Amino acid sequence: MSQEGANKSRRRFLTGAVSVVGGVGAAYTAVPFLAYWNPSATTRAAGAPVEVDTSTLQPGQKVNITWRGQPVWVIRRSEAAVEALESVSDQLRDPDSAVASQQPAYAQNPHRSIDPEFLVLVPICTHLGCIPSFMPQAGSLDADWQGGFFCPCHGSKFDMAGRVYAGVPAPTNLVVPPYRMADNGLIVVGEDQEAA
Amino acid sequence: MRKFLLMLLATLVSGSAIAAGGYANLMDAEVDVSDEASLQRGAQLFANNCMGCHSAKFVRWNALPEELGVSMELIEENLIWDSGYQAGDVMTAAMRSEDASAWFGAAAPDLSLTARSRGADWVYTYLNSFYVDPDASIGWNNTLLQNASMPHVLWQLQGVPQPVYEGSGDALKVAEIVVPEGQQGAMTEAEYQQATKDITNFMAFMAEPVRAKRQELGVWVIGFLLVFTILAYFMKREYWRDVH
Amino acid sequence: MSDATTKAQGGMLGWIDARFPLTKMWNEHVGEYYAPKNFNFWYYFGSLALIVLVNQLLTGIWLTMNYNPSAEGAFASVEYIMRDVEWGWLIRYMHSTGASAFFVVVYLHMFRAMLYGSYQKPRELIWIFGMIIYLLLMAEAFMGYLLPWGQMSYWGAQVIISLFGAIPFVGEDLALWIRGDYNISGVTLNRFFALHVVALPLALVGLVVFHILALHEVGSNNPDGVDIKKVKGKDGKPKDGIPFHPYYTVKDTFGLGVFLIFFAAVVFFAPEMGGLFLEKPNFEPANPLQTPEHIAPVWYFTAFYSVLRAVPDKFGGVLAMGAAIFLLFLLPWIDRGKVRSIRYRGLGHKINLALFAFAFVVLSYLGLRAPSEVYFGLTVTLWAQIFTVVYFGFFAFLFVYTAFGFEKTKPVPERVTE
Repeated sequence: MSQEGANKSRRRFLTGAVSVVGGVGAAYTAVPFLAYWNPSATTRAAGAPVEVDTSTLQPGQKVNITWRGQPVWVIRRSEAAVEALESVSDQLRDPDSAVASQQPAYAQNPHRSIDPEFLVLVPICTHLGCIPSFMPQAGSLDADWQGGFFCPCHGSKFDMAGRVYAGVPAPTNLVVPPYRMADNGLIVVGEDQEAA
Repeated sequence: MRKFLLMLLATLVSGSAIAAGGYANLMDAEVDVSDEASLQRGAQLFANNCMGCHSAKFVRWNALPEELGVSMELIEENLIWDSGYQAGDVMTAAMRSEDASAWFGAAAPDLSLTARSRGADWVYTYLNSFYVDPDASIGWNNTLLQNASMPHVLWQLQGVPQPVYEGSGDALKVAEIVVPEGQQGAMTEAEYQQATKDITNFMAFMAEPVRAKRQELGVWVIGFLLVFTILAYFMKREYWRDVH
Repeated sequence: MSDATTKAQGGMLGWIDARFPLTKMWNEHVGEYYAPKNFNFWYYFGSLALIVLVNQLLTGIWLTMNYNPSAEGAFASVEYIMRDVEWGWLIRYMHSTGASAFFVVVYLHMFRAMLYGSYQKPRELIWIFGMIIYLLLMAEAFMGYLLPWGQMSYWGAQVIISLFGAIPFVGEDLALWIRGDYNISGVTLNRFFALHVVALPLALVGLVVFHILALHEVGSNNPDGVDIKKVKGKDGKPKDGIPFHPYYTVKDTFGLGVFLIFFAAVVFFAPEMGGLFLEKPNFEPANPLQTPEHIAPVWYFTAFYSVLRAVPDKFGGVLAMGAAIFLLFLLPWIDRGKVRSIRYRGLGHKINLALFAFAFVVLSYLGLRAPSEVYFGLTVTLWAQIFTVVYFGFFAFLFVYTAFGFEKTKPVPERVTE
């Protein structure tokens, strides 16, 4: 055995070529194994948009639905509740909904909705994931309460637009899921409102 | 290269197919799951004629558009009769299986995988083997599956096939099936064969929706592996200069 | 092996080597493991078996993520993997094809050992470990085949478990104990699932380690069957040996490429392999009330299945099948010959081994056929009886001509031939 006949550069080149091609092959092989963890077609179908009929909903009432395994509340606010939103602004941590991840762009307004009357919300406290209680009546929590959501776990408070009060554990506003207003009082949760 | 590989495999597979056993004298369904037009016709025929009784519970409606080359809207309009259709629903039968048991003596089997469990050629042959049999309780019989509890649902297309008997007594058997003059259906013989081929093709697709995709991908994978192997061969030869 | 290489080094590797024998292990088993330089085609299958094992473990773990081990959900969950899970079909076909590939590779690997006498002294333990691996692999494959819960899964398991029922006195109780139910049911499925995905793979991996450790202790055999350690150079290394790395790592890389081409061809173009790798009736959900028209085990069991069917008595058949496997365990002691490689053994042995291999292939084929079928005027059962005799005859003749010195061997060279 001798290494005299060896062509070092050719050897290095071939070793490199096999390593690179083999590495590419291994990377491509990894793709199916990684993609396998994605939601399956069935899960995706189950995550399809959900329609909610709000035509019979009275002011102050809410409808509970499930979208992609999460609870979603569709709430019809009374005019008084919409007006009260302005009055609590100075007590809030993020009154202008500046944290973009918490709502779609079309809900980045004081009432955090497309139509001021209808609020669509994922009622999962942004602190540790409890479901807050819906307390729409003014004065129902304490004397100053203008209506909103109160999380029983650690006392986080949100107003009637799901905006978090300052000085409570929850860091951000409640999430507004993508949705759109369809005809005849239908709200489609899971489909974005097309830019008007 | 694909041809060559397929040929190589065909010899292997035909050898093993004999080994795995099978029915004699099946007609060749010439399955081609990449033929979108045939799949579309087959889907239409399947939805209209088979799904009254049979389900295909492993097949989602929304798995069809991609491989059939049509839009989901078109499928919803033309194939799905259930008005309460929700995304992700599977192909269920119109008839309840309890009713089927009462009417035909057996629930109509689910057809999701029949083209794999029986083979596509079997399905094709079966659809071309019905004949009128006054002795059978349902008025029809089938040369491939004697006393099948399934009537000839496609008779309006094929016509009324009559048996030509051969032998007598216990040895009596159906030698041939012919559709006599005056009893033809809406289709000619050739059209009917094409229609049943389309149904079979669609059923082969349902049994393995990924079939066309895997063959397409396989060509690339094997091409890639050839490059790798050739490089590895030269690398091995280079290193082994030391030894030889 | 070599203490010089474990000398203190700096850097990351040095830090590790001071705490864990990384470099030492690498050198012992790869870098300075001297393997004979004359390995031929037959020597690819050991490393390929290892690759297939890794493939089975990986794809198996992934399949487990979506598989539902219950009588109600098993069949549907496999179809769910095939249709709805992204790339699920590929992972599943890799696993099902890998099962058959495992046996292809292992059978060739075992035949190599028989060709070149790799089971003979001092490699008896390697052979024994290998045989245990083979036995566990059969159990693993058998239990894995129940999991899709198709007709063949169900009735195949039914037939095999009934075999245990043939054992006198305890048989029926034993079969009941294995099933955990009066018939094969979800209970059976669940325990098979546990064994298939946890217990047997653990045991398999452990035994593969033993198999390789034992091999590296005594050193590899070669197509000439000579001991390369007898002739060493001034450096103390075998003159006919070359380090496993890089010479055999690059060679096995090439072998891997060729193997993968065949593997991919099956996965992408013929995953059912015409009904051999995935049997047709298994695309129908298990139905305890209806037996498929024709039950045959998967191809890798059919040789032994033929032996079973060849004996007209039920318990006798089970005994014959057990003996057909058990005799292989005893091979190192049945073969009393001193010459290892087929190259230098007598003509009688060459014929005997060829007949044995031929009998195994024929029996495998016959096991797929219905017993009543006729070939060249004889039924499958009769042919199976003839070749069962040939199969057992191999061991009998082997013992006789080696123990009583009837074999005319050729002189074995001192060094390996090119």
